[in-house]
Amino acid sequence: MTLDRRNFIKLVGGASGLALAGCATQDGRQQTAPAAPAVAKTTELMPKGGARRVVVVGGGYGGTIAAKYVRMLDPSIEVILVEKNKQFVSCPFSNFYIAGLMKDMSALTIGYDKLAANHGVKVVHAEVTQIDAAAKKVVTSAGTLSYDRCIVSPGIDFRSEEIEGYDAKAFEAFPHAYKAGPQSALLRNQLMAMKDGGTVIISMPLVPYRCPPGPYERACLIAHYLKKHKPKSKLILLDANPDVVSKKGLFTKAWNNYYKGNLEYVGGKKVTQVNVAGRSVSVEGIEDFKGDVFNVIPPQRAANVMVKSALVGEDKRWCPVDTVSFESTLAKGVHILGDSTSIPSDGPPMPKSGYSANSQAKFCAINIVNLLNGKPTVQFSGINVCYSAISDTESVSISHVFALVNGKIKVTSSAVSPVDFSLTKVEFTYGESWLRNILTEMST
Amino acid sequence: MKTDRMKTALLGTAAFAGFALGGAASASPSVPPTPEMISFACAGCHGTSGASAGLTMPTLASHSKASIVDAMKKFKTGERPSTVMGRLAKGYSDADFAAMGDFFSRQKFHPTHQVVDAAKVKRGADIEEANCSRCHLDQGKEGKDDTPVMASQWLEYLKMQAALYDSGARKMSKDMADKWNRLSKEDREALLHFYASVK
Repeated sequence: MTLDRRNFIKLVGGASGLALAGCATQDGRQQTAPAAPAVAKTTELMPKGGARRVVVVGGGYGGTIAAKYVRMLDPSIEVILVEKNKQFVSCPFSNFYIAGLMKDMSALTIGYDKLAANHGVKVVHAEVTQIDAAAKKVVTSAGTLSYDRCIVSPGIDFRSEEIEGYDAKAFEAFPHAYKAGPQSALLRNQLMAMKDGGTVIISMPLVPYRCPPGPYERACLIAHYLKKHKPKSKLILLDANPDVVSKKGLFTKAWNNYYKGNLEYVGGKKVTQVNVAGRSVSVEGIEDFKGDVFNVIPPQRAANVMVKSALVGEDKRWCPVDTVSFESTLAKGVHILGDSTSIPSDGPPMPKSGYSANSQAKFCAINIVNLLNGKPTVQFSGINVCYSAISDTESVSISHVFALVNGKIKVTSSAVSPVDFSLTKVEFTYGESWLRNILTEMST
Repeated sequence: MKTDRMKTALLGTAAFAGFALGGAASASPSVPPTPEMISFACAGCHGTSGASAGLTMPTLASHSKASIVDAMKKFKTGERPSTVMGRLAKGYSDADFAAMGDFFSRQKFHPTHQVVDAAKVKRGADIEEANCSRCHLDQGKEGKDDTPVMASQWLEYLKMQAALYDSGARKMSKDMADKWNRLSKEDREALLHFYASVK
């Protein structure tokens, strides 16, 4: 049977709803579906021809860029991008949607068609159930894909077992909204439906977790919503960390100046239990917080597929990689980037952010192309820039430059916005441009 | 702090001079960052290959090397006002700026499609011809020495820069000040519409 690309994608796309064995749903929970039929596991989806092949797993901030840049750097390399969903919804800026500052998620949503049309990336919509490094194959819900090199940018899943009572029902009732999409809508709808005078509770985990300033920005924007639309209401942010872990001076100033009556920050409060029926969360069995709307952001680890593929390190959470090409230290030929990684660092690591993943993906692409062409690898140089909104018209930012020092990634320059808020309005417009540019880069 | 790129550069010199290299001398066998490695990271804010889709972000594609280097040095010292750019510039050396200049000068001119006022574009064309064209060549599509590419930059970005010039926060060269300061507010506005329209 011969298949041209269009038919192939149709076939694979149609097969993406097949049984999935123990892998993450879009919301990141373990699914207990029956095992995939043996035939789906062993069928080679696209028999590998003469061309060198890179299979990229995950079509988010890291995977789209890795796929595109490998093709830009060497169009003789075949690139297959495997992603379950037909569209990607950005976590950065999803707090705007949650807090009612965007009417829908269209500004956060991109497709994959132009990566295919402009760069010849072959996009396969299927769920990856395992990366078999020994066989150099990616196992998907629709069949296997052989590779010469594999790049994985799978994102995170949740250590929900560390929160008692955080079951499938709690997952909907107390949404995390920390993967953008249906979860963001759940939280937004609950906020909008809450009566004035209600209490919103956000709980956030210990570091490291995805997007360090994310929960604090969310607190600002939800407090902004409450102040404007439900002024008798209150937001309590329960931080498992003893103190604010990102942009502290800027966020605390915003909370004091703008949201004093609506927002209460409490550090050192690790939520260990949820009680959906009783509308409360418990901090280590000692203290209960009652509320009306709950946003429980659980502790995190690398995506479930990484655990299943034995790519997670001794901490059982993150994927260790080297600094030469972000190749897994546990499996040859598998390169990992983005939120799921643990990268040898001298001092603070690269934050788990969209921009970090973007920068890491380019490094990975350059070096995989060089490795496949027998050329020397290139040392890391990268950037992180994160904007956080503190209101509907103001943003603050943090920026980092990274280089390789003694074989480890080190911050060579880092700074945050001035604390006098003299630049918040202009940074708000730069934040909007940032979103437009980085999503355009990922989708064209 | 010595980054590994400096060390490998030094080792490279040593090897060239005939010194033996010990196996443990280098932390990494990789070569120092190439212009691509350094400059690809800029695209998160400035677009792939420096072709910006963000209305307040400048396109960097096809700028002259000297223009990029000059801008980055001024951002680093704070001579040119900025938010994130000056903070990031502090993490890079003059050699890195040269690598960025090398990369962006090799990228193709990026035409944008934006809404402009036709009457202003017409008026701006005459103003440009009479005042700007000796330094911003080919209707602003080409830089001369360290002058930046003006053509097809986003109108919103151009207006922000004009406001910085007018407030004195961003300094003009004497040549530019001689021309710009003679223009009326309406002429300046027309000029920006013209540059935004050039493809």
